[in-house]
Amino acid sequence: MSDQYILEVKNLTKDFPGVRALDNVDFKVRKGEIHCLVGENGAGKSTLMNVVSGVFPKGDYEGQVIFKGKETNYKSTRDSENDGLSIIHQELTLSPYLSIYENLFLGHMKTKFGIIDWEACLRDSYPLLKRVGLDEVPHTIVSKMSVGKQQLVEIARAISRDAQLIIFDEPTSSLNDDESQKLLDLLREFRNEGITCIMISHKLDEVLAVADSITILRDGLSVVSYDVTEKKVSRQQIIKDMVGRELKNLFPKKEPNIGDIVFEVKNWTVYHPDYHNMKIVDNASFHLKKGEIVGFCGPMGAGRTELMMSIFGQSYGYGASGEILLNGEKVSFRNPKDAIEKGVGYVSEDRKSLGLILIQDVKTNISNSSLPKLSKRGIINKDLIRRKAEEYKEALQIRTPSLEQLVLNLSGGNQQKVVLSRSLLADPDIFIVDEPTRGIDVGAKFEIYSILNNMVKEGKSVIVVSSELAEAISMSDRIYVMNEGKIKGVLDRDEATQEGIMHMALVD
Amino acid sequence: MANGAQIEQISFLGLVKQNMRKLSMFIMLGLILIVFAVLTKGVNLTPRNITNIFIQNSYILILAVGMVLVIIIGNIDLSVGSVVAFSGAISAMLYNTGMGLIPTLILSLIIGGLIGCFQAFWIAFMRIPAFITTLAGMLLFRGLTYIITNVTPISLIDDGFKKIASGSLNIKGFKIGSYDGLALLVMLIAILLLIWFTFRQRNRKIKNGFTVLAFRFSIYKIIALAALIIFVFTRFAAYRGIPTVGLVLFIVTTIFIFITNNTVIGRYIYAVGGNAKSAKLSGINSEQVVFIVHVIMGVLCGLSGVVFTAYMNSALPQAGNQFELDAIASCFIGGAAASGGIGTTIGAITGGLVMGVINNGMSLMNIGADWQYVVKASILLLAVFYDIWSRRRSGLG
Repeated sequence: MSDQYILEVKNLTKDFPGVRALDNVDFKVRKGEIHCLVGENGAGKSTLMNVVSGVFPKGDYEGQVIFKGKETNYKSTRDSENDGLSIIHQELTLSPYLSIYENLFLGHMKTKFGIIDWEACLRDSYPLLKRVGLDEVPHTIVSKMSVGKQQLVEIARAISRDAQLIIFDEPTSSLNDDESQKLLDLLREFRNEGITCIMISHKLDEVLAVADSITILRDGLSVVSYDVTEKKVSRQQIIKDMVGRELKNLFPKKEPNIGDIVFEVKNWTVYHPDYHNMKIVDNASFHLKKGEIVGFCGPMGAGRTELMMSIFGQSYGYGASGEILLNGEKVSFRNPKDAIEKGVGYVSEDRKSLGLILIQDVKTNISNSSLPKLSKRGIINKDLIRRKAEEYKEALQIRTPSLEQLVLNLSGGNQQKVVLSRSLLADPDIFIVDEPTRGIDVGAKFEIYSILNNMVKEGKSVIVVSSELAEAISMSDRIYVMNEGKIKGVLDRDEATQEGIMHMALVD
Repeated sequence: MANGAQIEQISFLGLVKQNMRKLSMFIMLGLILIVFAVLTKGVNLTPRNITNIFIQNSYILILAVGMVLVIIIGNIDLSVGSVVAFSGAISAMLYNTGMGLIPTLILSLIIGGLIGCFQAFWIAFMRIPAFITTLAGMLLFRGLTYIITNVTPISLIDDGFKKIASGSLNIKGFKIGSYDGLALLVMLIAILLLIWFTFRQRNRKIKNGFTVLAFRFSIYKIIALAALIIFVFTRFAAYRGIPTVGLVLFIVTTIFIFITNNTVIGRYIYAVGGNAKSAKLSGINSEQVVFIVHVIMGVLCGLSGVVFTAYMNSALPQAGNQFELDAIASCFIGGAAASGGIGTTIGAITGGLVMGVINNGMSLMNIGADWQYVVKASILLLAVFYDIWSRRRSGLG
């Protein structure tokens, strides 16, 4: 019985500082099947796979991982690769300026007396490329190929290491339909050859097309596993399992007082900063009314952050095109400075590297976007900076021993409040917040919701990009649903449900 | 009056501990002075020698003030030595046309600034790493210096130029005993200004209801700084008076302390260095900031070129060799971080003086350049090690 399963995970618990990412998870994968792992953003899928593949070494988690009948003891991914377990990450890990065959054998070069045998590497690369269906000469530099082809190289690399179990982390998220189809075919081929595959995916159509088993994770718990070979499951059932949590009263009440359209984006298209023919945002149009909170939902990689950043002074991407109307007038933002001066604020999802200056103190961070206002003829008014910082510290309840405390010593929630203070001090009319409550505790979340509510009460308008559906539904007056760079639709406050949003993003 | 003065409760030792990182370089400078005072039997503290330390290091200190800005934005400038040589040679040629000292000085600063613009353009707008741009600049301006000087020294037509470096500020006949009167007068004014500023700042904080330190700490601070002022100025007064170059240095330092602490551009420099991406998304035009910093560095190279030419009393094609390394080392000894975002003008000056005092002391002891390099290298490594170690310990990353 035990050799029916190639991988067994028992009672797995993994903690991150302040968060339990996985809670007593059980997960079983049969030999030679395609097993799909689905769940909302942050449900713990990637964490689970990182534990299995040794990214988190033994001792970093509680519970058992049994691979090929033996409990694993991996110290790094190197150990798991040697054991026949490979992982293909969402972000590819090839060395971009090396050729295909150099990448294929990176880390396990064919050698003769310690000297690399390039002949052998080259010779052995042909059958591998043929097997994954990549028709490129092995000398091709990988960065010159499309993402789909690069992924095939990575898969070939896994096979070259005699992988018996390959984990694919959202393999089709950056592929087009044709490439995706080919990849799914490849998975089926692997199944026929006896190689086991685990696929993490947000695209339910693909999951249903290819899976033998489906496991659903939610909030770090393994909810349910279905054996699709025995009995079919419906899309609706999967979506329900993904989001089926009760909504608690975690959100402050607000009385909407909505006016005319103040901000409008039309036909916005942006390309990837490195791959100039890859559309990241595809013809997106939306609008925002005075006093309104608008949510933006969709799975990871849907293009929400990229859309917002490219609007905010072309901070992302290449070749942005489209129109922005501010109070009915056509405007363009050359850079973030320009956008801020015209009354648009943006708070990044990545507060540490894009929002804060960690080595500076609280008051300096708060003042950074508003120095022209806090100075006279280029000379800053230190007392005024201090007073304003004090004001925001009180208003947003920033918990810090002093305004001179470096922000890197603050907790996540308080850091987030410092970023919000900085943007608010610049007095934006249109306020874009990207994942404002990521990685912060419930109490701080409630305070941040209240801050946003206060803003719209004052007649400002807010865009909230959120991956937490419950949050988006409770906070927003309207919700735009995005996936694969497109705006798939818009839902009113009353008609938005978690299932509805998921359905709109994944199915329609 | 918001809610009156709040006095922060802290003991003297606690305060010193809290500010150890800031104070350490001053303590280091003091210790090094004392060590050499012992080794040279007090020769290094003589009026003549103290004056010489300032004169001999002035051109490096001027460069260090600019270099620390470059390092704060996370860049480096390797070209400063060559630019010093080039602008020094140009200044000698300009002066030799007979146009006078002030026009020469102004034109040299402008030429330095233009060179700064040239390099800043490539760094800020064409996004060529500063290391590479200024490496090219280092070769380019050394080559141009050789071309315009024909690889021979340019001597100056008269002694007027020399005064910038070795001259001193005196009022004829104004002497108090054997001391120079002007130097003592300036000393007195400086101390009075120090007292006035200290209390004005404290009172403003109290008026705004901010927390202040106990009154006695203001007194300690005044005593410590006044002692320093008295020490330096009595040395000047006992020799020839305040050296002209001391005045130049004072003006430059004051301007840049003010810029880094009290101006928008100063704050932008720290923001860009602390996290360029965050700064950009905060609405700071980071390219412009990088550009300005490199132009400032160019202007200061122009000034340093003039001072060095004056010091040597001729423009040498080999002038400024390795100045960039001394300027960079000064900044790091003075607490600047190689990763950017951290550094102060006063730190760079102190770091430069640490190196200068070591050079000078060892020369007095007749120790050759060979061992001077070894000792300076050790000080640089130890100082930066201490900085990184204490930063890690106090959780500053």
